[in-house]
Amino acid sequence: MKKVYARPRLLKEAHFHYCPGCGHAIVTRLLAEVVEEMELGGKAICVAPAGCGMLVYNYFDFDTLESAHGRGAAVATGIKRVRPDNLVFSYQGDGDLAAIGTAESFHAANRGEPISIIFVNNGVYGMTGGQMAPTSLLAQVTTTSPQGRTSKREGHPVKMCEVLAVLQGTSYLERVAVNKPAAILKTKKAIAKSFEHQLKKTGFSMVEILSPCPTNWKMSPLDACTWIEEVMAAEFPLGVVKEVPC
Amino acid sequence: MGVRASGAGERRTVKGTIEIDQERCKGCLFCVEHCPKKVISLSNKLNMKGYFVAEFSGGDGCTGCATCALVCPEVAIEVYKA
Amino acid sequence: MKKLMNGNSACAEAAVLSGCTCYFGYPITPQNELGEYMAKRLSEVPGGVFIQSESEIAAINMVLGASVVGARAMTSSSSPGISLKQEGISYLAADELPAVIVNMSRGGPGMGNISPAQSDYFQATRGGGHGDYRTIVLAPSSVQEIADLMPLAFDLADHYRNPVVVLSDGMLGQMMEPVSFDGIKRGKDYVKDYILTGADGRPSRMIRSLLFDVKEEEEHNWKLFRKFQRMEQNEVRFETLLTEDADMIVVAYGTGARIARGAIKRLRQEQLKVGLIRPITLWPFPKKAIQQAAAQVSDFFVFEMNTGQMVEDVRLALQGRGRVHFYGRPGGVIPTPVELFRIISRHYYQSVRGKKE
Repeated sequence: MKKVYARPRLLKEAHFHYCPGCGHAIVTRLLAEVVEEMELGGKAICVAPAGCGMLVYNYFDFDTLESAHGRGAAVATGIKRVRPDNLVFSYQGDGDLAAIGTAESFHAANRGEPISIIFVNNGVYGMTGGQMAPTSLLAQVTTTSPQGRTSKREGHPVKMCEVLAVLQGTSYLERVAVNKPAAILKTKKAIAKSFEHQLKKTGFSMVEILSPCPTNWKMSPLDACTWIEEVMAAEFPLGVVKEVPC
Repeated sequence: MGVRASGAGERRTVKGTIEIDQERCKGCLFCVEHCPKKVISLSNKLNMKGYFVAEFSGGDGCTGCATCALVCPEVAIEVYKA
Repeated sequence: MKKLMNGNSACAEAAVLSGCTCYFGYPITPQNELGEYMAKRLSEVPGGVFIQSESEIAAINMVLGASVVGARAMTSSSSPGISLKQEGISYLAADELPAVIVNMSRGGPGMGNISPAQSDYFQATRGGGHGDYRTIVLAPSSVQEIADLMPLAFDLADHYRNPVVVLSDGMLGQMMEPVSFDGIKRGKDYVKDYILTGADGRPSRMIRSLLFDVKEEEEHNWKLFRKFQRMEQNEVRFETLLTEDADMIVVAYGTGARIARGAIKRLRQEQLKVGLIRPITLWPFPKKAIQQAAAQVSDFFVFEMNTGQMVEDVRLALQGRGRVHFYGRPGGVIPTPVELFRIISRHYYQSVRGKKE
C-alpha cells in the first residue's frame, strides 16, 4: 500500500484548537498544502489576525507574525514592500477584514499591493462568542442582534469581493466555500491561483471563503455546511468576482 | 496488493485503507457523511478530549479516494492506496 | 557645511543618513514637511520605501511590518495622530521590534491647534498605549539636535529592540536653522537574528504577543522590564547650564529649554543665580542629576508648555526635598524669554526672602 494522503510537512504536530467542524481548520490545512506543493515554504511569511484564525502561527512551519486586529493588510504591505520576493499572505476573518480593518484592506487593495488575502467569512465573530459581523445575514440571530439583523438597524451584509472589485488595484477576487468536497477542492485551487497572481505581481488578490461556524451558529457541523449551501451562498454567490490575466 | 478471502469464499482485493488519529478527531461527521463507500462511522469510543470519534470499519470497501482526508478539519486521517 | 533647513526636513534627512529606508505616515500639521521630504528623498535610496498611508494607524502597522523583516523604519505625526499609533507602539514593544516614532507636538487635547505645545509628555513617557512597557524618549531642542539625535534613535531602537520616540514640537519642526549633516551617519550594523525572511534553510520563526499562559506572559513582562532597567542605567542624557553656583535651577526641555535659556541670560544680567538642567532623554528621566543638584540647591523651577506634566517627574526625583515652582502655558502659546524671566525672578525673590526669614 502506498500512502496517498499524509499530513502536510508544513503543519506542525500541534493539535488544532478549532471547534468541531470549523472551516478555519480546513483552510489552515489547505494553506499548508498549497505552500508546500508550490515549494514556497522557504519564502512564505504569513500575517495572522485577531480572531479564531489567530493561532495559525502555532500550526504553520514557516515564518509567521501576529498582527493587531484588522491591520493585517497594512502589516503585509510593510513586509512586501521591503521583501518583494517573499510570498506574503494575510489570514483574516470577517471582523478583522470587513469591520476594524476595512480601511487597511481597502487601501492595500487600491494601491494594488501584490499580497494575498485569505478571508475566512463565517458571518459571525467566533472567538469573542458569536457577535454580529458585517457579513452576518439579515434576520441572523447573534449575541448582538438577538432579535435578528435588520437592514434598518444594522445595515445589509457586506460583500467584500464585490466592494474591492471596483478598485483598479485588485487583480483576482474569488469567493469559494469549504462546506463539501468539491468546494474544498475549488478553495485549494483559488488559494494557489492567488499565490500565482502574487508571484506574477498582477496586483492585490483575495480569496473569500464561506466557512462553517457550528458553535456560534448553534448548529451541528453537518447542518452548518448545509446552511452555507442553501442560505449563505444565496447571499454570497460563489465564483470568480474579478480576474485579470495572470 | 492485499488479498483477503471473504466469508463466502470469494477473493476480493483491498484497494485502500485509512488511519484515523482518534486523539485528533472531534466527531464532526464530515468524513462519515462524505465517504462514498460508507466505510467510516461514528463510534461510541471517547477520546481524551471527550469527543466520540470516527472509526474506519475496515473491510475491502475503501478505494483510497481520500475524500475523508479532504474534508477532515483536524488533519486526522492518512490514506493508503494499493 | 551648514544648510538652512526646517526641523521637519532635517529630521527626515538625518533619518535617511542613519540608514532609514522606510517611511510611512499621514499628513498632519505641523509635520507635513517631514513626509513630503521623505517622498522625494527615499526615491533616491536603494530599497527606499515611502507610502502615504491611509491613516496614522495604517502607518504604524506598516512600520511594524517593515521592522519585522529587518528594515530601519519610521513614522512621524503630531499629537492626535500619535494617539492613534499607541496600539501599534504597544505591539512593537511586545514583539520586541525596533522603530522610530517622531512626534511634532501641537496644542491639544482633541483637535487642539497647530501651534507647538509640550502636552504629550505623559503620553510619551508613560508608555502611551496599553500594557507594561516603556519607550526611550529623546527631546531635541534645536534643528541641529534633531539631526544629531536621529542616528541615536535608530541605534537605540535596534540595540534594545524597542520603539524609540523623538518628542519634538511644531516650532522646532517648522523653524529654519543652519544644520550640518557632517557627523550624521549610521552607527553600527546590528545582527538581526529574529526577523522574518522566509524559513529557507533555517527553522521557522514566529513573532507574536498573545501569551494565554499567564506565567508565560508574566515572564515576558519581567523580561521587558529588565530591558527597561538597562535603559534606565545606561541611556540617561541631559545638559546643564550654569548650575555650579546656582541658587535656583530651571528644569525645561525642547523649545521650553530654549525659552528658559533666554530667560536665564536676563536673570544672570540681574545677578540672579539661576541655572538650567535640560533633560535630553525624558525617559529615562535624569533623576540622579536632579537629586545631586538638590544637595546644594533647594529651589527648582519647572517650565513647560502644558499645565503640568514633567513637573511630576521632578517632584518624584526630589522625593520631597527642596521646593518645586511651576510655570506652564498650554494650548500652543509660546511665552517669550522676557515673560519667563519676569516670572522666574518673582519666584526667586520670594524664595530668597523666605530663606532670610
